[in-house]
Amino acid sequence: MGGWDFTLDSHTIPLLQPKKGAAPRYQNGPVQSQMQFPSGYGSHPPNYSAPSGHYSQVPNKAAASSHLDNQYRASYYPTYYSAPAQNVMTPSVGSSVLNTQESQQFYNKTPPHTVGSAEGPIQGAISPVSYLHTSAQQSYSAFGNHYSTSVSSSVTSQGFPLNSDRYTMPVVSSALYPNVSYPAAAGGVYGQAFTSQSLPAVGQFKETTTFSSQSTSVPHSLQQHVPMGYNSTLSTIPSAQSTQDNLSRHLTGSAAKVNNQINTGGVDSPQPMHSVSQTIPFTKPGAGTPASSAVVSSVRTPAPSLSSQPRSSPSVTQSPESALQEGMQYGGYVNNQASSAPAPLSSSSDDEEEDEEDEEAAIDSSSTTSSASPVLNNYDALEGGGYPETRSVTSSPVPAPSVPQTSKASKPFGYGYPTLQPGYQNAAPPAPVQPSNPGHHPGFQHYPQQYPGVNQLSSSLGGLSLQHSQQPESLRPVNLTQDRNILPVSSVPAPVPNLNSDLRKLNCSPDSFRCTLTNIPQTQALLNKAKLPLGLLLHPFRDLTQLPVITSSTIVRCRSCRTYINPFVSFIDQRRWKCNLCYRVNDVPEEFMYNPLTRSYGEPHKRPEVQNSTVEFIASSDYMLRPPQPAVYLFVLDVSHNAVEAGYLTILCQSLLENLDKLPGDSRTRIGFITFDSTVQFYNLQEGLSQPQMLIVSDIDDIFLPTPDSLLVNLHESKELIKDLLNALPNMFTNTRETHSALGPALQAAFKLMSPTGGRISVFQTQLPSLGAGLLHSREDPNQRSSTKVVQHLGPATDFYKKLALDCSGQQTAVDLFLLSSQYSDLASLACMSKYSAGCIYYYPSFHRSHNPAQAEKLQKDLKRYLTRKIGFEAVMRIRCTKGLSIHTFHGNFFVRSTDLLSLANVNPDAGFAVQMSIEESLTDTSLVCFQTALLYTSSKGERRIRVHTLCLPVVSSLADVYAGADVQAVVCLLANMAVDRSVSSSLADARDALVNAVVDSLAAYMSTASNLQQSVLVAPNSLRLFPLYILALLKQKAFRTGTSTRLDDRVYAMCQMKSQPLVHLMKMIHPNLYRIDKLIDESTIHVNDRVVPQPPLQKLSAEKLTREGAFLMDCGSAFYIWIGKNCDNNFIKDVLGYPDYASVPQKMTQLPEGDAPSSERTRSFISWLRDSRPLSPVLQVIKDENPGKTEFFQHLIEDRTEAAFSYYEFLLNIQQQISTYVGRIRSFQLLTLP
Amino acid sequence: MAFTFAAFCYMLSLVLCAALIFFAIWHIIAFDELRTDFKSPIDQCNPAHARERLRNIERICFLLRKLVLPEYSIHSLFCIMFLCAQEWLTLGLNVPLLFYHFWRYFRCPADGSELAYDPPAVMNADTLSYCQKEAWCKLAFYLLSFFYYLYCMIYTLVSS
Repeated sequence: MGGWDFTLDSHTIPLLQPKKGAAPRYQNGPVQSQMQFPSGYGSHPPNYSAPSGHYSQVPNKAAASSHLDNQYRASYYPTYYSAPAQNVMTPSVGSSVLNTQESQQFYNKTPPHTVGSAEGPIQGAISPVSYLHTSAQQSYSAFGNHYSTSVSSSVTSQGFPLNSDRYTMPVVSSALYPNVSYPAAAGGVYGQAFTSQSLPAVGQFKETTTFSSQSTSVPHSLQQHVPMGYNSTLSTIPSAQSTQDNLSRHLTGSAAKVNNQINTGGVDSPQPMHSVSQTIPFTKPGAGTPASSAVVSSVRTPAPSLSSQPRSSPSVTQSPESALQEGMQYGGYVNNQASSAPAPLSSSSDDEEEDEEDEEAAIDSSSTTSSASPVLNNYDALEGGGYPETRSVTSSPVPAPSVPQTSKASKPFGYGYPTLQPGYQNAAPPAPVQPSNPGHHPGFQHYPQQYPGVNQLSSSLGGLSLQHSQQPESLRPVNLTQDRNILPVSSVPAPVPNLNSDLRKLNCSPDSFRCTLTNIPQTQALLNKAKLPLGLLLHPFRDLTQLPVITSSTIVRCRSCRTYINPFVSFIDQRRWKCNLCYRVNDVPEEFMYNPLTRSYGEPHKRPEVQNSTVEFIASSDYMLRPPQPAVYLFVLDVSHNAVEAGYLTILCQSLLENLDKLPGDSRTRIGFITFDSTVQFYNLQEGLSQPQMLIVSDIDDIFLPTPDSLLVNLHESKELIKDLLNALPNMFTNTRETHSALGPALQAAFKLMSPTGGRISVFQTQLPSLGAGLLHSREDPNQRSSTKVVQHLGPATDFYKKLALDCSGQQTAVDLFLLSSQYSDLASLACMSKYSAGCIYYYPSFHRSHNPAQAEKLQKDLKRYLTRKIGFEAVMRIRCTKGLSIHTFHGNFFVRSTDLLSLANVNPDAGFAVQMSIEESLTDTSLVCFQTALLYTSSKGERRIRVHTLCLPVVSSLADVYAGADVQAVVCLLANMAVDRSVSSSLADARDALVNAVVDSLAAYMSTASNLQQSVLVAPNSLRLFPLYILALLKQKAFRTGTSTRLDDRVYAMCQMKSQPLVHLMKMIHPNLYRIDKLIDESTIHVNDRVVPQPPLQKLSAEKLTREGAFLMDCGSAFYIWIGKNCDNNFIKDVLGYPDYASVPQKMTQLPEGDAPSSERTRSFISWLRDSRPLSPVLQVIKDENPGKTEFFQHLIEDRTEAAFSYYEFLLNIQQQISTYVGRIRSFQLLTLP
Repeated sequence: MAFTFAAFCYMLSLVLCAALIFFAIWHIIAFDELRTDFKSPIDQCNPAHARERLRNIERICFLLRKLVLPEYSIHSLFCIMFLCAQEWLTLGLNVPLLFYHFWRYFRCPADGSELAYDPPAVMNADTLSYCQKEAWCKLAFYLLSFFYYLYCMIYTLVSS
């Protein structure tokens, strides 16, 4: 009982699994067989251990289907291997050869294999179909092959070991190239993939990349064909500039083709490409000096040590290319593949491409093959980038099976992905083999090392990688009951998906798009085992500082699933791309071939759509049937006695007057006002009137519009009248004695007024509606506020508001509710008007302009933001995901129009959404899944726009990896959403139970997988170490707490917030941040806009941290509390608060004075920094001991015990107890079932 | 050969069962229509279509709601008739569904004044698939019981 769907679903889903037949559900069975083979891998550094899960899966798959996946999978982490490999190889060629040989040996027990395998890797990659490894061993040997290929070729033919630079992807590189011109491009996405080395002396960045292309169509040996390639051209033509375009195009073209080949296994490319590896050492000058680059490159500093290559080989020179990081994207691809290209090159030709900036790399025309490269010793060499590469293609004819791309096996190739894959196959081998280089890991600590070291593979097969001594950080077991300091120093970062650096760079920002599990489990069964919810947290309309906006007459979308083209699609050739969600192959339209940014043709992969995971399209007229609606704002104001007494009208009218010109809109913007008490008043603001006319309709049972066309008026034409009205409104009703409120009829009138256009209705309400349709009665029993049993009335009392909201939604009208009431006003019912019309809800309990200045200030600030923020009209949002996943529940404010289409009458930048997903088909034949959110809206300027976010995540097959990728904040937020639903549909107690069970289940599942853990202690993986804390915080949150007196409206409002807030805000609401601010020092500061911002560490939310000598700042998202200790340093009070001592600090203090003292400056800069990080500027309250706000403050200290709830430690003990019974039960069950 | 009360019950239930089968089929079609929007994606994004689609949804939900009570009452009538006719086996077969119907009818979501098929709720993919499954199961049940009633009717007519 009390569990959630994600646990309950387990029964239904497995039914689907048989489809995938061979898909390995558990690692144990088939995998074992593999172990024998890879024993050679044993030499691996143990570091690789943890992630082994990935790899364990590999063999399975291979057996099941094509081994393509394996390689693919394997290619995840190719990066890491490079470094070590090179180290080894650098010293001498001979030795390196030896090494490689050995390494090869490791990999391949059967040397003869290598020959055949030489083509193996390539083809395997190219055409999964043609080259199937049927047995596990085979599949493995595939790896081996790759390795062996490179090795053997190098040994035999050239005797020269080549490294592929592919493997070194210095993370730095991106940082190195800030000069990317295209702002939206977010840096050279792919550029990063290439090793970029900085030569410190010159201040230049040098990149060596190897370029190779293979012609799959023509079986040929390297040597023969090589000369035909662009290589020759390059070498012959010295004039870089003139030919550059040519070249680059050529290159990219070929690159793309190669790529295609990789994917499709055969492309009928007009020009035969050669499996040539060109090592192109590229010296790239700093951003500003493109010209010099040419020079430098011609000088050719980074001559790769080609000298050692035997000249005898007729092969083509690998051209060390001075490639630009950016331009190389495709090169990068090729590169990988090429990495295995033959080394025996005598002539080096440089290839280069333009990057987005039109920055050009000079062609290195010098074909100095024999010069030993000094570069080898430098960073380059270490990273492997500078290395000449051995390509083992040798004489093995590359069969070109031109297999149509459609085969499902080739699915997984992401756009960026294929790159790695081939690289992995070919070049990876030497690197990972080196057991002697454990040292390279530190650089990549972010990543759990996922390399499938064989030893680790085997071990992972046997059990779980958890047992390894070395684990990724996120899997490190944390003993919760003993580790008391689990909070990070600063804010909790979102986990980074375990992708290769290319994809990681391209991926959507976690601020807009987060998944609860950054490693997607392969099957629903695995997901059920993990006991964690799978879902997405979206913040699609977030304010962005940088957003590529694309104007194009054709928006490229998949023809079958309508996915927008995105960075994770794969280009099969220049004219076709493959959808990453449904795997359909689509044509690239002619227009897409032209890249407006570089003004070049034939580079579809460089278009901004493909370079950015967040883009905005300006839609063509296809996307609208009626002209885009103007911005229309209608204000519906309560003017009953209660409202006038509270005094909100003054604040509202003031804010409106101030922001009238800042209202988003264009020349068509319209505005109108309706006020209501027991009657409904309309205001005729028609241009030409001398003053606003009030029209009163007292027939509230049958409401009508007195003058339909002059109530909503053009803002610009009637501005004077509007201003008059706003100035008069606050005083117009000062003497009213009307206490009734006819909200329902006023809303009906508003709906009638808005229905021709759509727009936004802002409702200000101060009491329970008491007249006409939609009247409500008080349902709250104050005596039940602190009840621990049943909390009733969380749902609406009437359908009126829901129906109205649906009607509004149909007319593209959203209703935003501002509830400013001092007593119960049944928010549960009223909120429906916003919930289903995609509006937003603001609630100001006990609002009074003069008695409650904090709330008044909050309203003022909220209004400022509300009136001026961006707004999108008549929006729809669709979330698509890779085939196999399905979205089943949505959370947020909207109406679901068809099962995957959310209808949002308005969308605002502060709205967040959550979705729950299930895995319908097992994902064994893909290694990446993608999610795409497309939000189509009309901007306030009347443009139809589409904002597209795409997120790409890896698929994993082991439970440990699932835990390693858990995003605890996202999990908690999704759980909060589910708990809200549960408490409305079932009961609050049920929801609370479910929350606790979520922790118990997942931790128990984790502990039962890690058999070596003691059962007596409570252990969580590092990634989930905050899980119990957050859940406890949720249980103590206003929405879910019991036992503490909570007003029903407060509770309902908290629930509404949970459903509609984006993750960042929600997390602050659930678990506020506490900082100590009386001793801010300049150490550990960051600089933002020339301001020094101190970064005090996060404190535990516990009273034990509050010392009387200190001052603390609590950041609750919507409010800041500064708590001053009794014995706080008087200097601090004087400097920062502006009062001589503690006693003189006033009770209601909401602002810090502008002091000159450094402590004051620091405090203020810290607070303003915190404020800047969120759209709503929170209200600050200074709290002293005897302050009424004290309870507010102290109830946020969630680690402490309250009279009604556990302390954190007690909560942990409670969980531990439940787990031990739970695990015990499972164990005994297993004992019973397993003889 | 006698025309007993039991035989009469079976004959009546036979006729009504046909109606129930019709209801179930109608439910399936309705849920299918709710689930799929037959417009092209671009049309779906069109505000004018939004209105039409919303109307459609509301209309379907309204009809669904209308059908709830007739269906439940017809089925309860069966049970009462079989109780009176002392057809214990048939009654036993129907009682589980009867209880399910009661549960479904009286388990309102907290404070919700509408019992089921509330547009925003029913559009949830989860709910929708549940409803669809339910409709399929009921269809199967009613079909089987139709033939069972037919058999029983003939049996009672012949045996007595």
